Amino acid sequence: MALWFSRSRNIIAHLVKTKISPINQSLFHAKYISYKLPYELVWELRKEYSSTATGMVFRRFESARAGEVEEAVTYSTSDYDDDDDEINDAENKTIDFPGGSVAFTQQMKFISESPDKRVPCYRVLDDDGYPIAGSTYEQVDKEMAVKMYKSMVTLQIMDNIFYEAQRQGRISFYLTSMGEEAINIATAAALSFDDIILPQYREPGILLWRGFTLQEFANQCFGTKDDYGKGRQMPIHYGSKQHNFFTISSPIATQLPQAAGVAYSLKMDNKEACVVAFTGDGGTSEGDFHAGMNFAAVMEAPVLFICRNNGWAISTPISEQFRSDGVVVKGQAYGIRSIRVDGNDTLAVYSAIRAAREMVVREQKPILVEALTYRVGHHSTSDDSTKYRPLDEIEHWKTARSPLARFRKWVQRNGWWNDEGETELRGTIRKQLLNAIQVAEKSEKPSLVDLFTDVYDNLPLNLHEQEKSLRETIKRHQKDFPSDVPV
Amino acid sequence: MLIKILTRLVGGGGGGVAAAPRSVSFLNKTFRNYSSSSSSSSSNSSSVKKMTVRDALNSALDEEMCADRRVLLMGEEVGEYQGAYKVSKGLLQKHGPERVIDTPITEAGFTGIGVGAAYYGLRPVVEYMTFNFAMQAIDHIINSAAKTNYMSAGNINVPIVFRGPNGAAAGVGAQHSQCYSAWYGSVPGLKVLAPYSSEDARGLLKAAIRDPDPVVFLENELLYGEAFPVSDEVVDSSFCIPIGKAKIEKQGKHVTITSFSKMVGFSLKAAEILAEDGIDAEVINLRSIRPLDRSTINGSVRKTNRLVTVEEGYPQHGVGAEICASIVEDSFDYLDAPVERIGGADVPMPYAANLERMALPQVDDIVRAAKRLI
Repeated sequence: MALWFSRSRNIIAHLVKTKISPINQSLFHAKYISYKLPYELVWELRKEYSSTATGMVFRRFESARAGEVEEAVTYSTSDYDDDDDEINDAENKTIDFPGGSVAFTQQMKFISESPDKRVPCYRVLDDDGYPIAGSTYEQVDKEMAVKMYKSMVTLQIMDNIFYEAQRQGRISFYLTSMGEEAINIATAAALSFDDIILPQYREPGILLWRGFTLQEFANQCFGTKDDYGKGRQMPIHYGSKQHNFFTISSPIATQLPQAAGVAYSLKMDNKEACVVAFTGDGGTSEGDFHAGMNFAAVMEAPVLFICRNNGWAISTPISEQFRSDGVVVKGQAYGIRSIRVDGNDTLAVYSAIRAAREMVVREQKPILVEALTYRVGHHSTSDDSTKYRPLDEIEHWKTARSPLARFRKWVQRNGWWNDEGETELRGTIRKQLLNAIQVAEKSEKPSLVDLFTDVYDNLPLNLHEQEKSLRETIKRHQKDFPSDVPV
Repeated sequence: MLIKILTRLVGGGGGGVAAAPRSVSFLNKTFRNYSSSSSSSSSNSSSVKKMTVRDALNSALDEEMCADRRVLLMGEEVGEYQGAYKVSKGLLQKHGPERVIDTPITEAGFTGIGVGAAYYGLRPVVEYMTFNFAMQAIDHIINSAAKTNYMSAGNINVPIVFRGPNGAAAGVGAQHSQCYSAWYGSVPGLKVLAPYSSEDARGLLKAAIRDPDPVVFLENELLYGEAFPVSDEVVDSSFCIPIGKAKIEKQGKHVTITSFSKMVGFSLKAAEILAEDGIDAEVINLRSIRPLDRSTINGSVRKTNRLVTVEEGYPQHGVGAEICASIVEDSFDYLDAPVERIGGADVPMPYAANLERMALPQVDDIVRAAKRLI
């Protein structure tokens, strides 16, 4: 390397002596060290090198010349070095820095902010549900395919009916996963029951797949005494220890570094399972996304990060969310293997998640999966998305790009499903849901004691006193106390 | 995981400007002797064992990590550097890098990881270089750690301890000097502790680590180097102090002075000065900010009929304000004089030594306040 340095020094010295006048010599140095100056500006200056003003500018650069030849990185214009490039490239030029060896180059090349080609998206079925020629995917048998399809239908109907229930004032809030049924169900099918889920909030399909009943969903939304959450949370904030589904938490992306922590503990247990953490496109803007990804990579935590890039974070389109090529490219920034998959293609999602999960468990490293999709519904019942996006766009994704329709075509063409089955299924699910809602509405609310428990492991003295005081008040003003709250 | 990072401003131990507040030479010891291996017994004492707060914390951490494999320590500089204030000295060497984890500079990140690990069943101890930096992680502390047991209906408990120096050090300016006792003390779901002596430090940290609920453990940088006498009981590895009980450091009958952390020392000195004038002050070391030991405080005020609350933090919405409200609610008839509240000046902490002195309660302030009541 010393040899190369001396050679370049000689080149410069040689060029300076023979080709460049004193003023141009300064110019050359200016260009050499002032890579802060735009290249064009230097050319402008070169044209005017006879003026006094530019001469003064160059004199400033003179004082900055000290030590330039000793710098580790050198570069020069292509006019001079075409021949030398070949010679220099052939030599091994690497240099050690904290972080390892890095080869270096004389060419000053900036990595473009946007690649010529975006990262391609893995897909198996085309829009009509035909397998694309040459696609590789995990085979799915009849039983699995039908189960997946039925679950997607159930999820869709559940979303529709609970949404309507909110509109009728029967529950306070609801949030649908419409358009993302494939991501929900195919992911759930591809994972093992032991994999621990840290959801965002648009993944109830995973609970559904794992056996959470429609009644249990209704109990949480209505906040009844049978709600596993003891009526403490807003609707759709499901959680179930026995289904390995962590209770949903509203602040965005907090589950990402927590997932790394859970995975770190899981790793110590040596289980054949991993942690699966979800986020949306908006969630990747949170600081916790950076922290979670970075830590998972550094700690080699077995976390499968799944980003549902559905194009919208309430009213913020992804063009206002980030300027990168989506989320998949961020994986490499953290040293995490990543893949982009068509989130509306059930088979693609299934195959990709199966493969990713296996890698996570086997190699005990994090992996990032970006599933491209579209949020067909509003963000939640507190949102009216027609206010910020065109109706025909929503309609297009609801019908022409529907993940259910696409998968159904594939399943039916295999002879595993038919129209009668469809009608029957939809009728049954609808009936079950309406029944579940009726039951939940008639159910008792959680009892008063559940107001005070679980703040701490044991009921502290002050809460004990408050409960006592409250009960005394209730006794004194019996008729003011709501009749549907059991004491 | 062995990432070397430049230490933050405070520079690995008390090593800032020797602010030279009026009295206490122990401050000088803090600045210079943090790196020397401090023994738990003083060489010139008789039979009384002395232990610095730093050693108390170190031994408590060590013993709990030995007793329970699920306990782990994480934070900036806790491993290779032996701890920014040397509190975790020797722990990496003894327990290994899987249990003493040097983290990158992402408070939000490692707090999130700690909370996640606690969700799954480990018992992490998360160290912040100061609680000022914990603000970058406060969402995880409050929205995740404090509320999850309740929101998950008891399915997910969070046996985590957040610890680190709180309040003013010496000459470290506004962003390194705030006291967060009132902030965390207002959150249901958290337990908040503030030790003063080595006995407090050992007993309360052990209790915090063993507790199934999230605990915020507010230490004080200037106390780390201060040595306190410790009995054999304190040194025993099973020693533990119950959370939620205050300690009456000095019995008295004319005025009650409540304080916590460093201010306990100031209050005791104030009590000495008051004694010269015939005023017998009762000094209470709160030990626990949440739950607050209202019965001990009320009991004391019912005896003395006068109350001075002392804290370093800002007076508005402070610990003293809560104590005052508690007394007014429960022991109003016993008060012979209004409650005197002493807190830090309502300004971001200035750096200049003289201004800093003016911004913090001093022994004289406590003495004057007590005398105003008599």
